[in-house]
Amino acid sequence: MKRRFFHGEGWRKVTEPAGNMPIEAKIKPALTSLLYQLADDDFILAYRGAEWLGLAPHIEEDVAFSSISQDTMGHAAMFYQLLADLGEGNVDSLAHARKTSERRNAVLLELVNGPGHYLSSAQYDWAFAVVRNYFYTQAKKIRLDSLKNSSYRPLAEVALKVNMELYYHLLHWKTWFIQLMQAGGEARTRMEAAIGKVLADFEGVLILGPLAKEMAEYGLIEKEEVSKQRWLHTMKPVFESVNLAVSEANLAMKTGNGRIGEHTVDLDDALSTLSEVYNINPAASW
Amino acid sequence: MSEALFFQEMTEEQKYGQFMKRINAGEKIEADDWMPEDYRMTLIKLISMHGISEIMGALPEKEWVPKAPSLKRKLGIMAKVQDEMGHGQLLLRVAEDLMKPLGKSREDIMQDLFSGRLKFHNVFHMEAPTWGDAGLIGWLVDGAAIITQTNMLNASYGPYARALKRICAEEVFHAQHGEAIIMALAEGTDEQRAMVQDAVNRWWEALLMFFGPGDASTTGTSKQDTTIKYRIRTKTNEDLRQDFFTKYIPRVLSLGLTLPDESMHFDQERELWVYKQPDWNRFKDIIKNNGPKSQERLGLRRTAYDTNKWVREALNTAN
Repeated sequence: MKRRFFHGEGWRKVTEPAGNMPIEAKIKPALTSLLYQLADDDFILAYRGAEWLGLAPHIEEDVAFSSISQDTMGHAAMFYQLLADLGEGNVDSLAHARKTSERRNAVLLELVNGPGHYLSSAQYDWAFAVVRNYFYTQAKKIRLDSLKNSSYRPLAEVALKVNMELYYHLLHWKTWFIQLMQAGGEARTRMEAAIGKVLADFEGVLILGPLAKEMAEYGLIEKEEVSKQRWLHTMKPVFESVNLAVSEANLAMKTGNGRIGEHTVDLDDALSTLSEVYNINPAASW
Repeated sequence: MSEALFFQEMTEEQKYGQFMKRINAGEKIEADDWMPEDYRMTLIKLISMHGISEIMGALPEKEWVPKAPSLKRKLGIMAKVQDEMGHGQLLLRVAEDLMKPLGKSREDIMQDLFSGRLKFHNVFHMEAPTWGDAGLIGWLVDGAAIITQTNMLNASYGPYARALKRICAEEVFHAQHGEAIIMALAEGTDEQRAMVQDAVNRWWEALLMFFGPGDASTTGTSKQDTTIKYRIRTKTNEDLRQDFFTKYIPRVLSLGLTLPDESMHFDQERELWVYKQPDWNRFKDIIKNNGPKSQERLGLRRTAYDTNKWVREALNTAN
C-alpha cells in the first residue's frame, strides 16, 4: 500500500532500509514535514504579497511585485500538490482548511505588512517588505539549489522549475535592498529597523524543524547548518557593500518556532481572511 | 528635410488641414507629431482617465485576491489584477508623453486623481461585497471594456491604438476568467447561484452607465463627438451599449439568471434593445467621487501614496 504514495521510480538515491521498516514509511514523516514547510512558507508570503496589491510605492513596482507573489503562490501550489500526491489531502484543503497550529511556515513570513487593513487605512512598511522578501528569497534559493538534488525525485523536479523563476525574484529584491540602503537618510534608518526586525526571526526561516536531521540523512535536502552557512556567506559581500555588519549572532527566533506550530495572531487573521469564501462551503466547486 | 521646412512655414490652419487629411486617410499620429491642441487635450483626458481607471479598478477586486476560494482561483485572480495594473502603467506612459509639452508628469496625474480633477470609471466606485462580484467584474465589466476598447483599436493616435491592441488581447482572458467563476457558481449550490444573481442585480445599472450617456442632453457634456471627429473612436456610446446587450443578454439568460429590468426587450422593428435608462444624475454624482466606495478607495490610494513618500524620495536621491 505504501508504494502508492511513493512511486518507487521517484527515488533516485535510496538509503538502506533500517531493520524491517519499509523505507517509504520511514522517510515519509521527514518528507512531508519538509514539504509542509516549503508549501506553507510560500503560501503565506504570497498572501502577504497579495495584500500589497495596489499599494506599492509606484505602479511599475505593483506590476512586478504582484507577478512575484503570483509565482510564489504557484510554487506553494506545486508543493501542496506533492503533499496531495503523498495522500495528505487535496491541495485546496491543505491550503485553506488547516488550522494555525498545523501550519509549518516560519513565523517571520506570517507577520503583517504593517499597520492597518489591506482594504482600508493600510500603512504598509516597504522597508520590511524589501528586507523580508530579499532575505527569504535568498534562503529559498539556497534551499532549492539543494532540493534540485533531492533523493525524492518529484521534489527535485519541482525545485528545478521553481528555481528558474527565482533568479528574477532575487535580482528584484536585491536591487531594491541595495538602492534603499545606499540612499541614506530616512530610507537607511527605516531599512536598518526592518533588518533588525527580520533578523530577530530569521533563524525560524533557516531551520527545518524537529526532523531536520532525518531530512538530511535521507538525502531529501542538505543539513540545515550547511544552508545557514551558505546564506551567511552569500549575504556577506552584499552587507559589506552597504556597510552593514551582520553575523550569525544576529540571527534569532524571537516570536516563535513556526516549524513546530507556534504562530501569532497575525496568522490566525490571515487564515480566516484567505479561507473566508472557501469556508462558505468547502465541499462546493468554486 | 524640405518637407519639414515647408511644414514649419505653414499657418496653424494649414497644419490643421493637413492633420485632418492625415487622420482621414487612416494615418497614425505619433507622440512627436504636430497635433491640434484640443486633440492633445482630448487624448490626455481620455487616456489618463483610462489608465487611472485600470489602476483604481484593481481595488474592487483587491479584496477578493487573497480570499479567492481555491489555489487555482487565487492564481487566476492574481494574474488578472496584475494585468490590470500593467494596463494602467502602459496607458499612463502614453498619457505622460502627451503631457510632456505641457510640463506635466505622473505626479500631476496622481495629484489630479486625489483632488478629484481626474475622474475614474463609474464601475470602480461601486461595492463588490461577495465572491460573486469578483466573478461578475471579470465577466461583464471586462466584457464591457472589451467592447469600448475594441471600438478604439484603430484610433488615429498610434501609441494609444498599439497599447489597446495588447490590452484587448489580455482582456479576453479576463472575461474568460470571470466567466469561469460565474459558470462554477451558476452550476453550484443554491447559495452560490444566489450569489451570482445578487451580483447581476447589483451591477446592472453600473454596467448600463459604463458606456456613458447617449448624448450630451443627458449629462450636459459629452466628448463622444470630438473623439469621433478625430477618429479616436467610431461608434457612439449608445451603439456600444447595444452591442453589449446583443452579446451578453443571451448569455446571462442562458445561465438561468434574470435581469433586474422587466422592460428589457429587443424591438425587432427598430432592431434595438429597449431598456430602462439608468439614473444619469446618479451617474454624474458617482464620477464626482460620490459613489458608495469612491472615498474609501481614494483614501486607500492616498494613504499608500503618502506612506511610500520616503521610498520615492530615496529613489530620487539614488538616481
